[in-house]
Amino acid sequence: MNKEQILEFLPYAKPFLFVDELLGVDDKGAEGRFTFYATMDCYTGHFKEYPVTPGVLLTECCAQIGLVCLGIYLLKGEKNLNKMKIGMSSSQMEFLKPVLPNETVRVVSKKIYFRFQKLKCDVRMYDAKGEMVCKGILAGMLTTNADE
Amino acid sequence: MTKEERYEKLKDIIKIYLPEDVNITAVHENSNFITELNINSASLVDIVLDVEDAFDIRLENEDMDEMLTVKNALDIIATKLAAK
Repeated sequence: MNKEQILEFLPYAKPFLFVDELLGVDDKGAEGRFTFYATMDCYTGHFKEYPVTPGVLLTECCAQIGLVCLGIYLLKGEKNLNKMKIGMSSSQMEFLKPVLPNETVRVVSKKIYFRFQKLKCDVRMYDAKGEMVCKGILAGMLTTNADE
Repeated sequence: MTKEERYEKLKDIIKIYLPEDVNITAVHENSNFITELNINSASLVDIVLDVEDAFDIRLENEDMDEMLTVKNALDIIATKLAAK
């Protein structure tokens, strides 16, 4: 399965798709990028006077690239991949730098384990200068089994 | 390792993943991990991984499917240890 095919299996759409491009993926991890476009609704209220990307959206971006794109790759070969069900089970993040409107970020995810349908990853997000903006450990359940 | 020792070792693992409102005294052999101890499926995976490390065994998907109660877990551990 190639990088473009993985994006087609992503179960998200605007305004909650936070992957523009997958830069690389293999059994050990995934890397992708996204631009937090300035017209996103959240910037009108976070914050009232100065727009900053909410940490939950940085986390979501890390999860979509780091857990879900990687998970789709790891589940390649499963016949019900288009019926995949996913859920985030835990997140532990640290936020180091603000991400402003129109900033492009790169997420690098490394698999800690994928066993019994649970994928746990170390994720890191970098800004255009290559400086780390957030990092953490995310885990989620992924299943293609229709009766679960 | 006696059955009691295995049970105590398993309880030490389970207690890490119990929700805040479930006390370790609520754990019995017949306790169902998900419906009675309120452990979610993601935490159950972590219990299994800790069990693998603690007992130096490896569990498969079928074992996970069978592991509904504490007793199921003890039986699986005993079987795997005996097969080593």
